[in-house]
Amino acid sequence: MATPTTPIPPPQAPLEIDAPAPRAGTARLMVLALANFWILFFLLALIVYFSITTPNHAFLSTTNFKNLALDTSEVILLGIGETFVIVTAGIDLSVGGILVFSGVAGGLVMLHFSGTSAQVDNLQYPHASTAIPLGIAVALAAGTGWGLLNGLLVTLLRLPPFIVTLGSLGMAFGGADLLTGGTNLSSVPTGFQNSLGNGTILGIYVPVIVALIAIVIAHVLLTQTRFGRYTAAIGSNEEGSRRSGVPVDLHLIKVYALTGFLCGLAGLIDLARFGTENISSHNTDNLNAIAAVVIGGTSLFGGVGTIIGTLVGAFIPTVLQNGFVINGIDPFWQEVLVGATIIIAVYIDQWRRRRTSK
Amino acid sequence: MSESPLLRATGIQKHFGSVVALRDANLELVAGEVHALVGDNGAGKSTFIKILSGVLQPDGGEVLIDGRAVTIHNPQAARELGIETVYQDLALAGHLDAASNLFLGRERMLPPPLGWMGFLDKRAMRRRTEEEMRHLKIGIKSVEQPVLSLSGGQRQAVAVARAVAWGKRIVIMDEPTAALGVRESLMVLQLIREIRSSGIGVIMISHNLPEIFEVADRISVMRLGQTVANFTKAETSMEAIVTMMTGAESQYLSTGSS
Ligand SMILES: Nc1ncnc2c1ncn2[C@@H]1O[C@H](COP(=O)(O)OP(=O)(O)OP(=O)(O)O)[C@@H](O)[C@H]1O
Ligand SMILES: [Mg+2]
Repeated sequence: MATPTTPIPPPQAPLEIDAPAPRAGTARLMVLALANFWILFFLLALIVYFSITTPNHAFLSTTNFKNLALDTSEVILLGIGETFVIVTAGIDLSVGGILVFSGVAGGLVMLHFSGTSAQVDNLQYPHASTAIPLGIAVALAAGTGWGLLNGLLVTLLRLPPFIVTLGSLGMAFGGADLLTGGTNLSSVPTGFQNSLGNGTILGIYVPVIVALIAIVIAHVLLTQTRFGRYTAAIGSNEEGSRRSGVPVDLHLIKVYALTGFLCGLAGLIDLARFGTENISSHNTDNLNAIAAVVIGGTSLFGGVGTIIGTLVGAFIPTVLQNGFVINGIDPFWQEVLVGATIIIAVYIDQWRRRRTSK
Repeated sequence: MSESPLLRATGIQKHFGSVVALRDANLELVAGEVHALVGDNGAGKSTFIKILSGVLQPDGGEVLIDGRAVTIHNPQAARELGIETVYQDLALAGHLDAASNLFLGRERMLPPPLGWMGFLDKRAMRRRTEEEMRHLKIGIKSVEQPVLSLSGGQRQAVAVARAVAWGKRIVIMDEPTAALGVRESLMVLQLIREIRSSGIGVIMISHNLPEIFEVADRISVMRLGQTVANFTKAETSMEAIVTMMTGAESQYLSTGSS
């Protein structure tokens, strides 16, 4: 059959769609840059402020900065996982609970296999060399397991991540209490404490090194690999990603499991630093991790986010805490200020979204 | 005309709960033809093409590709059959750039061992996207700009380019010009002609009858979930199509087989 010719001749010149993309003037660019980097300025301002105001400039010392980095290492690990989850347009409210549960599980295993309870109570750990790796494996597995559970519930039951992780937060905290029977763990092997907790390499605390390595890997993962691409695509348009052939459910499960794994790692660091697992001291972990992510410019609506932003954001809570303590201000102000900073950060994000999407 | 058509769907049914979206949808697509699908809002056009592209599963009916019965379980399966779709709601990831969208779900990886570790070959994908854009004469300032920040026409062009770049046999477009200005619409129509001339079959949904008469070879009319007519362009007129769409006159015309 002959193809009917079209009545209207095809246009001669190549048709270009060049409807002007939003032009950025210098002023606008500066405003946008400010919107993107305000948190870095905010952090620098805090550091300058505390350096000036603390007695003898105690804030501004190598020792204090090393301690700051050490205090931030756990939030960084939680924040990295939370970044991936939030970029998928999800949220993980269970990170603090998973951290505690993993720390407790790992600690109990270490104690159980280190020696008899009488020996352990006397800080004798005859079998520490087998008990420590076992405890590490159990903590990481427990964290990953909780993450897997989150991912499966979110994808298979199609429940909102908010609800699923709120539920697993309660279960993990409660589970940790059940494991310990409500008492504190005995002190874990000193070898473990001195290597992963307070050990240093080239003068840098081991937890800080772990966090730095995690930062680099996560940054590369998010920006250079298919894993990162799928993470952003799902957060940007889940149904569209599915139609494009992205294995959406499988990927979400991986993301929640990764986050769980990082919580397990943070739990181990916590256990090593403090020699035990103090359950009640982790009530604000979720707040701090989510704060790090949204303050760092990752959109709660998904699709965009950076690990570097989270790294900067993670320091806000610890710098506030640290500065307040040195200045003798009630450290509870830290929680108040972190909460307020989250609100400001989300407001700025929404404002930015209104600019870019017409 | 003796060989079997590229695609033939017969008696397709689909309901959502108690809503019957499709009761008897039929379509026959020949290679190198543009087949327009018209019908009022809610006639079932989008539902029909979502079945052909694997997004939805039919409750009844049969789909044949090259005369062979197939089940299109998911979008991936449709793509493996050489079917690409531009959805009414585009299905682009707004925060990603044009190149990422063009390759979404089938990324190009770096050579091993980096590729095994999941590293993307961004350069190759960007270059290929630029080529595709040039080839389709789509002018976009940068293929590295988030699709979200493009104009409606540019975004549509990206979605069309993606389908064209991968569509080996069938390209389906659900209202590809609905959001576009005159110039952009002309460009999409020109694209459709180019796809057709390379022997690909095109299914195009549109509410714009002049546009359809400009580019389509064959026109199917849907009403209330049913294919009520099927014409070659020469056999019909806009008046006849409008009549069929609104159901003012219910005569069944068919020039397809059966
Ligand atoms: N997911 C769904 N759930 C329930 N009903 C649906 C769903 N998708 C479509 N429908 C119904 O099926 C019918 C056909 O819808 P469809 O989107 O296919 O129409 P259409 O011909 O593409 O219309 P339009 O021209 O407005 O795009 C409508 O009555 C619609 O409400
Ligand atoms: Mg439709």
